[in-house]
Amino acid sequence: METLLQQILNGLVVGSVYALVALGYTMVYGILGLINFAHGEVLMIGALSALTTISSLIGVAPDLPPLLLLAAGLLVAIPTCMTVAFLMERLAYRRLRGAPRLAPLITAIGVSFLLQTLAMIVWGRNYHTFPQLISTTPLQPIDGVFISPVQISIILVSALLMFALVTLVNRTRLGRAMRATAENHRVASLMGVDVNRIIALTFVLGAALAAVAGVMFASNYGIAHYAMGFMPGLKAFTAAVLGGIGNLAGAMLGGIVLGLVEAVGAGYIEDFTFGFLNSSYQDIFAFVILGAVLIFRPTGLLGERVSDRA
Amino acid sequence: MPSDGVKTLLRLAGVQVAYGAIEAVKGVDLELFAGEMVCLIGANGAGKTTTLNAIAGTLPLSGGSISYHEEDLARLPAHKRLRRGIALVPEGRGIFTRLTVEENLRMGAYIRKDADGVAADMARVFDMLPRIHERLHQVAGTLSGGEQQMLAIGRALLSRPRLLLLDEPSMGLAPLVVEKIFEVVQSVRQEGVSILLVEQNANLALEFAQRGYVMESGRIMLSGSGRELLANPAVRAAYLGEAS
Repeated sequence: METLLQQILNGLVVGSVYALVALGYTMVYGILGLINFAHGEVLMIGALSALTTISSLIGVAPDLPPLLLLAAGLLVAIPTCMTVAFLMERLAYRRLRGAPRLAPLITAIGVSFLLQTLAMIVWGRNYHTFPQLISTTPLQPIDGVFISPVQISIILVSALLMFALVTLVNRTRLGRAMRATAENHRVASLMGVDVNRIIALTFVLGAALAAVAGVMFASNYGIAHYAMGFMPGLKAFTAAVLGGIGNLAGAMLGGIVLGLVEAVGAGYIEDFTFGFLNSSYQDIFAFVILGAVLIFRPTGLLGERVSDRA
Repeated sequence: MPSDGVKTLLRLAGVQVAYGAIEAVKGVDLELFAGEMVCLIGANGAGKTTTLNAIAGTLPLSGGSISYHEEDLARLPAHKRLRRGIALVPEGRGIFTRLTVEENLRMGAYIRKDADGVAADMARVFDMLPRIHERLHQVAGTLSGGEQQMLAIGRALLSRPRLLLLDEPSMGLAPLVVEKIFEVVQSVRQEGVSILLVEQNANLALEFAQRGYVMESGRIMLSGSGRELLANPAVRAAYLGEAS
């Protein structure tokens, strides 16, 4: 029982990070029909630019309180990621707007490689220790179940950001314009919407969430490096597909469900396979889910039926 | 022809539009005076919709020019043309099916900052189109074809246009609904909005419009007052379903 509870908690933590990243995938897909495979790299740039900021601040003023350092890291990481996303849309994807779908997809993979390589040049190939600015010392709210302050923060901050995003999309004039543009670019422009601006904004918003997710991810594992965006990017993409790509609620649900399945699965995989596989095989779950969803329910958990799209 | 002193609102001079190598509009000259209702009729594929889209700015010109209030529109993208007062109700209505009726109307008022004015205009739209009011919180995709057309017109009106471009508002609708829609269009015109109407239902269009242009294979073949065109044997034979 403790194992199950523990794995559910772990799943919620990882799932929150997946959910934040999945939102970026799903928003861009919703508005452009593009799977932005470079989105995971944005998470990486968020983590590493925060790391650089924090380390240099520590170098100058070692006595700054940890929370202030973290805030400074985020304050640099978020605009950096927003700029990266803005540039990738403006320079790479925009000119492919009318092209057959394969072209932007391959371009996205190219952008992903490009960003990884640039990050390798800037930050080197080594693993960097990400400072533990929020304590990772586990608390024990229930006997045998552990959760650290950094994990609690991840869950809370993710929930807050998701709430903010959903409010923005569903309750504001800008969000309405985003939804209208997602449905029909041409008619949105007839309403006076500058479609290019809305698309750029969608990329930038997704990137801001990915930046925060990157800092969370690095804080949780205490490590950052140039290729760290690949796996969470792929997992978040899986989460978006699982929830129904293009659907905000779906991305959040998909992220949480994927995190839970992975964590609970990792907790029991050894028992189920009689010791043949152990918890280091936990990545299996995401990709089994991805395959299963694509085969049996391509619209995902909350995806719309095709007829709704008219 | 309008009397002296009436200003030209919209002028198309030698307008050409091409889809790749295919020329859909091959040199259209057309004029619309302030306060007028003009219709553009012609068979399927004559280039009527293409012409309207070029005016609204969703298609680029391959030749000629469009001016509005003496301003050349060439460099103005669609979303800025709306700010000048040109609103298009597109063919097939272009409703945002996943947004509610109210959200659709608010999209119509997207460019406006005057909340009070929007609220007043919203109330006027509800007066004209009570059906829309009843369905305010419904997802727009669940509306009937006629309701969607009314919503599309109401939405366009919320931008406070000075020139309303209507693309086949009668398409696929029952005669009673069409009648209702043309009543609305008529009252919009009486409020001083100029209207350029594209219709396949030439009888109806010529009855309501002061002047008409007949388009064929990307060119204007004939123009004249609604009455003249209705009486023209060639028009009657080709577009009003009469044997010559």
